[in-house]
Amino acid sequence: MGKYVILKKTDFNEFIEKLAKIKPVVAPVAKGKKSFAFAEVTTGKEVAVDYIPTILPPKKYFLPQKEKILEFNKKKQEWTPVLEYSEKIIFGVHTCDLAGIQSLNIVFTSKPKDINYIVRKDKLVIIGLECNHYCDEYASCAVMDNHLPNGGYDLFFTDLKKYFMIHVNTLAGEEIISKIKLFEEAKPINFHDLEALREEKRKIFKDEVKVGHKALKDLFEKSVNSNVWKELDKRCVSCGNCTNVCPTCYCFDVKDDINLDFNTGSRYRVWDSCQNEDFAKVAGGESFRENRGQRQLHRHMRKFNYPVEKFSRYFCTGCGRCSRTCMAGINLKETINALAEEKK
Amino acid sequence: MKQVSLKESEYSVKKGKIVRTKQMTEMEKLFEISLSNGEALDHEPGQFVMISVPGVGEAPISVSSSPTTKRSTFELVVRNAGMLTGSLHKLEKGDTVGIRGPFGHGFPTQILEGNDLMFIAGGLGIVPLRSLINFVIDNRRDYGKVNILLGCKTPQDMLFGDEVKQWEERLDVNFHCTVDRSDPEWKGNVGLITSLIPGVNLDSNRTFAVVVGPPIMYKFVIAELLKKKIPQRQILLSLERHMKCGVGKCGHCQVGEYYCCQDGPVFTYEQIKGKHEAL
Repeated sequence: MGKYVILKKTDFNEFIEKLAKIKPVVAPVAKGKKSFAFAEVTTGKEVAVDYIPTILPPKKYFLPQKEKILEFNKKKQEWTPVLEYSEKIIFGVHTCDLAGIQSLNIVFTSKPKDINYIVRKDKLVIIGLECNHYCDEYASCAVMDNHLPNGGYDLFFTDLKKYFMIHVNTLAGEEIISKIKLFEEAKPINFHDLEALREEKRKIFKDEVKVGHKALKDLFEKSVNSNVWKELDKRCVSCGNCTNVCPTCYCFDVKDDINLDFNTGSRYRVWDSCQNEDFAKVAGGESFRENRGQRQLHRHMRKFNYPVEKFSRYFCTGCGRCSRTCMAGINLKETINALAEEKK
Repeated sequence: MKQVSLKESEYSVKKGKIVRTKQMTEMEKLFEISLSNGEALDHEPGQFVMISVPGVGEAPISVSSSPTTKRSTFELVVRNAGMLTGSLHKLEKGDTVGIRGPFGHGFPTQILEGNDLMFIAGGLGIVPLRSLINFVIDNRRDYGKVNILLGCKTPQDMLFGDEVKQWEERLDVNFHCTVDRSDPEWKGNVGLITSLIPGVNLDSNRTFAVVVGPPIMYKFVIAELLKKKIPQRQILLSLERHMKCGVGKCGHCQVGEYYCCQDGPVFTYEQIKGKHEAL
């Protein structure tokens, strides 16, 4: 079962304050109505404990939107690979986003390993936070099997009204618990409360679409010629919001910036989107995905089909961000249901 | 954000000195490059490198020379098609570029050994295929019959003219060439490369077809090869895709569950047939 401790709600402010003295802490912070973002906090009052998925997932700390990978000096003919990192404690990561981080880990630790990602990841402490209920109608975490904790954190908080039940999962987590002396050993009653919540969750969280978890891969594989993509072709505006906010989208471009001395400069990797028209265009001008419907199909295949072949894992976490952010109202649950309907 | 220098990363660039250039056509230029300290690139035919011009960027380019030709240098042929390749074209002997690689799975030269070969190159496809053709010619006794089918738009677009002439003259190579549009000087075939395939006399059990050309060419050529009863696993294709990293991460070169840069660029037809967007 592992080690569990509890933290009284009344001690939460002090907990965050003490945590922030160990390392900079980032946590979900309210940004207007129904809008949240991970940002630096120094006290518990700033933290939105009950929040819906942040605009950008915590991937921004693992794979920054713009990241320097190389510095060059033209005259000296020197190229120096560099690594950017920052030490942080990420507090309040929902189970969907923990699954997203796990997906990124799989990609960047697969050979050839990405040293930049791996070092940066190891400088981050992850504190998870359980969702007691659905965030909103866009989530599909139950069918993606991410509504309950599946590891990927150092500490994991569950809000049990007057206190947090905390799973201590790693030595890094244990270190925080021992440094911040606000915790008590969990007693049988606390385990009972936790089990009661999980039981309640099993009643609330049900497959959100008309297709079961295992059948999703096949559904998309057979959807290549579906009218659903022709329909999305008419609606998608190719803005790339869906890929930017996706916790498992990691595609990037590599670009050079030269300084004003026209001699020194840097090479960066920058988030890119398969929804952009020239993403798959080759030098001769041929594109493998000329229209928006094809690009939407590709995005879905990269969540529900290709990674299952490659990594035995769906790269959709069910967080709902793509649907929540889409300017054209393209909704993942509706897309899946339309494909299922068409198949009948 | 803190920054540290690394001794090495996947993005480390080696210095490559341009030791020779040759303008091959109006659009294509050849660069012979040596790595510093005379280090060999140690590539297999069919692999590619990422070439950098600092401040402009990086692009994937197939290695065109055979590792059997010279150990200390390698050749790239670059079409002037964009920002990076445009600035490459301005470089001359003595200039330095950045090199990463070689990357990807090239042609399986060991598996080809002892078999008859049919090389099919359309347009710029001859650039990577030349590496394998010269490898095979340099190890000629290890291979069976060698057929080379070459196609280009016009006679002026023909690359490696002198070398092609030598292939044509060799008694141990069966060479055919065609152009889409001829000119008054042209004495050879006129027509698409697919028109050359039916005429080749081959033993389908022991023939490997190696096909490299623009994306549009593959399905027509494959149809002809299947008519010749060449087994699917003996049809080798080198796919061209947009690439940014070369190390299976950036997502640009995805073909199904494969990354062209790592799992390819050379695939068997058996591997990719029926795969969405592969051909």
